[in-house]
Amino acid sequence: MVIKQDTPMITTQNLTRRFGETLAVDSLNLEVYPGEVFGFLGPNGAGKTTTVRMLTALIAPSGGTAFIHGYQIGKHDMDIRRTVGLLTETPGLYDSLSAERNLKIFAQLYDVPDADAAVQKYLGMLGLWERRSDPAGTFSKGMRQKLAIARALLHEPDVLFLDEPTAGLDPEASRLIRDFILELRSLGRTIFLCTHNLDEADRLCDRIGVFKTRLLVVDSPARLRSQIFGRKVVFHLSRLDHGWVDLLAKLPFIEEVAVQNEKIIITLAEPEKYNPEIVRILVNAGADIQFVGELRRSLEDVYLRLMKESN
Amino acid sequence: MRMNKIQVIVLKEWAEVFKNKLVMFTVIFLPLIFTALPLVILYATRDVSAIGSQVEIPDGFRSVCPAYMNSGECFQLYIVRQFLVLFMLMPLMIPVSIAAYSIVGEKTNRSLEPLLAAPITTTQLLIGKNLAAVIPAVAATWFGFLLFVIGVFITTSSQNMIKALLDPMWLAAILVLGPLLSILSVNLAIMVSSRVNDPRVAEQLSAVVIVPVMILFFGQVTGFLILKSSLVIALGIFVILADVVVSWLTVRIFEREHILTRWK
Repeated sequence: MVIKQDTPMITTQNLTRRFGETLAVDSLNLEVYPGEVFGFLGPNGAGKTTTVRMLTALIAPSGGTAFIHGYQIGKHDMDIRRTVGLLTETPGLYDSLSAERNLKIFAQLYDVPDADAAVQKYLGMLGLWERRSDPAGTFSKGMRQKLAIARALLHEPDVLFLDEPTAGLDPEASRLIRDFILELRSLGRTIFLCTHNLDEADRLCDRIGVFKTRLLVVDSPARLRSQIFGRKVVFHLSRLDHGWVDLLAKLPFIEEVAVQNEKIIITLAEPEKYNPEIVRILVNAGADIQFVGELRRSLEDVYLRLMKESN
Repeated sequence: MRMNKIQVIVLKEWAEVFKNKLVMFTVIFLPLIFTALPLVILYATRDVSAIGSQVEIPDGFRSVCPAYMNSGECFQLYIVRQFLVLFMLMPLMIPVSIAAYSIVGEKTNRSLEPLLAAPITTTQLLIGKNLAAVIPAVAATWFGFLLFVIGVFITTSSQNMIKALLDPMWLAAILVLGPLLSILSVNLAIMVSSRVNDPRVAEQLSAVVIVPVMILFFGQVTGFLILKSSLVIALGIFVILADVVVSWLTVRIFEREHILTRWK
């Protein structure tokens, strides 16, 4: 659900960061809108964490600037810290303290008006209320991650930055975290999600940006797939006549026709518009169409293609 | 009820560090040992007033011994005063382990990044960490001193001794110079621990701060240095200046960026 409004929640303008001679983030220009789940994908060392640290006012940029909910980094850092919630790569909990105490410390640091109620709300939402008195050090990896997410949400931030929220978790814990992100999404939170998990990005994100020191592309996962690979429709036939392929190749809206066993694979821009016409042509030519489907490329294919091109 | 952020940091630090047995040992047992040791010696020399003028004490000390004391009491006061320097050592030694743990501990837990992402200034964070280490150290020192004064009174039953112990110079040394030294030691520990990765290394490097007080201690024992009001005032001024400089340096050195990007 993208509630696209005029004012972006996050805007970066040529945001750049160098560490000595190393260019970590190169002229990043990006807009993330309220209520959007934005996936930030890239390989290790691409500069994703550095970007998140700049956007959460933890480190300063070397060049360019960014605005979070209208607050400019470097000028309104304290306002930005109050506006955003951050889940760091590692949960960073106080292991000897109870889950409740861990959250209460941060509720107080963020001046949450009713700290106890906020702590209870999020421990309850994440299924940790029963374990509230246990030291965080006794929690499983998944529970620790949930506790860290609760900590990031206590002050009801406008933007939530999640850096690898499911990294190192087992499938069950990952699922729990993903479901919770979906719940947050349904509540209209703006989420900036850094992840290596492309399937996760595909399922959760409204748009994704593929990043490797510089931003390679930004779009919705579906549009990226069609942009990179084109949209392909597969016509499964009971038998194949190559005359039909020649017939289809002459149609102006078809970009490419390929054959695989008894299947005809057609690349075209608008399948919704032209599929009925293709079906009619094939049926009139005597083809028995068993079924028609879209050949979906995974986001992983898109990502790997982009990485290859960037190299 | 909203809490002051410095107060939040102080309470967080205490909740964490007092679960560390080594820190607890330092805060509880060090003052007890430093308090008990001179009392035992004092008890062993309780009959020294009978020795009268036969006892030998450095001439420098004899000159600062109050006129209302006889030679025996003067000797006892000499012994007691050697150990009073320990009450200046305590506020230096106790907070080092707390302070060294507080930054490097955050690093090893990887808990510093969420903390730095919170709306808290570096100054608030460092004042909180400072107070969390200084308050227990000063409280333990003062409590130890109180026990010591009571112990001296019980051991010697001498009003003169109590009067000499509670003279303004010593009260100033323990009640004012002690906390100032504590702030110095904590800031050095935080400064060092901002730059190293191991709490033990931080603790060892920060422990260098006790060297000047040890010099004072041995100076007194040998009669080379006698702690007089002028020396306490000079030391106080020096430590105040050192506190200002080191506190400023600590805030300067504690760079969020450096800590986040260089710590691995």
